[in-house]
Amino acid sequence: MVGPPVVAAAPPSPSGGSLENANPLIYRRQGERPVTAREEDDELPDAIDDREIFDLIRSINDPEHPLTLEELNVVEQVRVKVDDAESTVSVEFTPTIPHCSMATLIGLSVKVKLIRSLPERFKVDVHITPGTHASEQAVNKQLADKERVAAALENTHLLEVVNQCLSGRP
Amino acid sequence: MSGSLGLLSRIPAHPDSRCWFLAWNPAGTLLASCGGDRSIRLWGREGDVWVCKSVLGEGHQRTIRKAAWSPCGNYLASASFDATTCIWKKNLEDFECVATLEGHENEVKSVAWAPSGTLLATCSRDKSVWVWEVDEEEEYECMSVLNSHLQDVKHVVWHPNQELLASASYDDTVKLYREEEDDWVCFATLEGHESTVWSLAFDQSGERLASCSDDKTVRIWRQYKPGNEQGVACSDVEPTWKCICTLSGFHTRTIYDVSWCRQTGALATACGDDAIRVFEEELLSDPQQPTFSLTVHMARAHSQDVNCVAWNPKEAGLLASCSDDGDIAFWKYQRPEA
Repeated sequence: MVGPPVVAAAPPSPSGGSLENANPLIYRRQGERPVTAREEDDELPDAIDDREIFDLIRSINDPEHPLTLEELNVVEQVRVKVDDAESTVSVEFTPTIPHCSMATLIGLSVKVKLIRSLPERFKVDVHITPGTHASEQAVNKQLADKERVAAALENTHLLEVVNQCLSGRP
Repeated sequence: MSGSLGLLSRIPAHPDSRCWFLAWNPAGTLLASCGGDRSIRLWGREGDVWVCKSVLGEGHQRTIRKAAWSPCGNYLASASFDATTCIWKKNLEDFECVATLEGHENEVKSVAWAPSGTLLATCSRDKSVWVWEVDEEEEYECMSVLNSHLQDVKHVVWHPNQELLASASYDDTVKLYREEEDDWVCFATLEGHESTVWSLAFDQSGERLASCSDDKTVRIWRQYKPGNEQGVACSDVEPTWKCICTLSGFHTRTIYDVSWCRQTGALATACGDDAIRVFEEELLSDPQQPTFSLTVHMARAHSQDVNCVAWNPKEAGLLASCSDDGDIAFWKYQRPEA
């Protein structure tokens, strides 16, 4: 469950014009995942669930703020759907503002994180939450094009930026 | 669905990498594969097994997306994300890079030789298609830059026996080009797909073209010449290409490639749902509105997305496929019993 925004971000700095969304709302982080008895039993099969996927992406850094995607409510557990048997994962993310130019980069970071973390059999689909971005369709199409994603990840500079977003704080 | 696809062999061709594309040489004796490991490998059969005959490395700095053989089989062209296309020439038993074609602003996505062997086409994420001319000194000169597409161009393919070029794009269209007074012009835009068109294949006659897309459909387009009996309108002297069949509801994810067998007419698809499917035209179907039936659905043909399917040009029913899992698989297609 995502609570209401708990605090406002730091007041906009005098030079805040350089940030697209200088004063985003900050949301409460979820607690740690409770471990069930079943999961502690190594004998039992343990399918990957929504919460595990969410835990993989919640601490990705926002490219613009020293905050996580969870704290900005860009990712939420309710927008993660995994089907372990079918090997599919679908994640919707919500840009903080409808004209966010970082949307593709954020989506790419989520996608890369999941591709790197999950077994290769998984099909990872990353979309913008419907109705939350002006270029929703164009961004979704880019993120779904594995050839363009592969080419982007051969771009050293872009890969560095993505890796920065993924270097989650401890 | 009464046909079958029997697995002959599976090879980890590009381990720890993607295998993006496959191309048979015209004799059907060598299969070129290329991938994310920046290498091209050539595979030949020794008895019942397929072995790697050569590795063409050192040509490209980034992913090799596609490769294409010249009609004589002595040259191989490779398209790379490093924005260049290399020409490899057969030299006794090995291949060496004899030319590097530069000019595209970014990733080269596809390359294809014209049936004459004197023209080459390349396309790129820079939205352009380039037509290159090869002279007798083996010099390559760009003779035309075609900027008709509005987005990333994914694939180029030549007509089987005419100097007619087709391209497929992220702008959801297919375009056709021909030479006109020493320059190349786009004379038709095929609209209908609702998302990226990934690949194209002409049939044996060249009268029909199959396209496959991110919209999970395959479309069959047919050429109608001016004055055709069917009464399809044509502007002045240009033929019109019209969609005469859409295969929808068969694929659950993006269709990355389509291959139309020049010998049997069987149509194979490579899909992001890991499956290979084969379709055949129904015998008594109307040529103006043909129906195709699914004869094989090979689920889990690979453990990840299937990127390419390629029918052997000489051995009917021999199909090669490759995948994001880095493997190549060889299959024997058995047609349905009549």
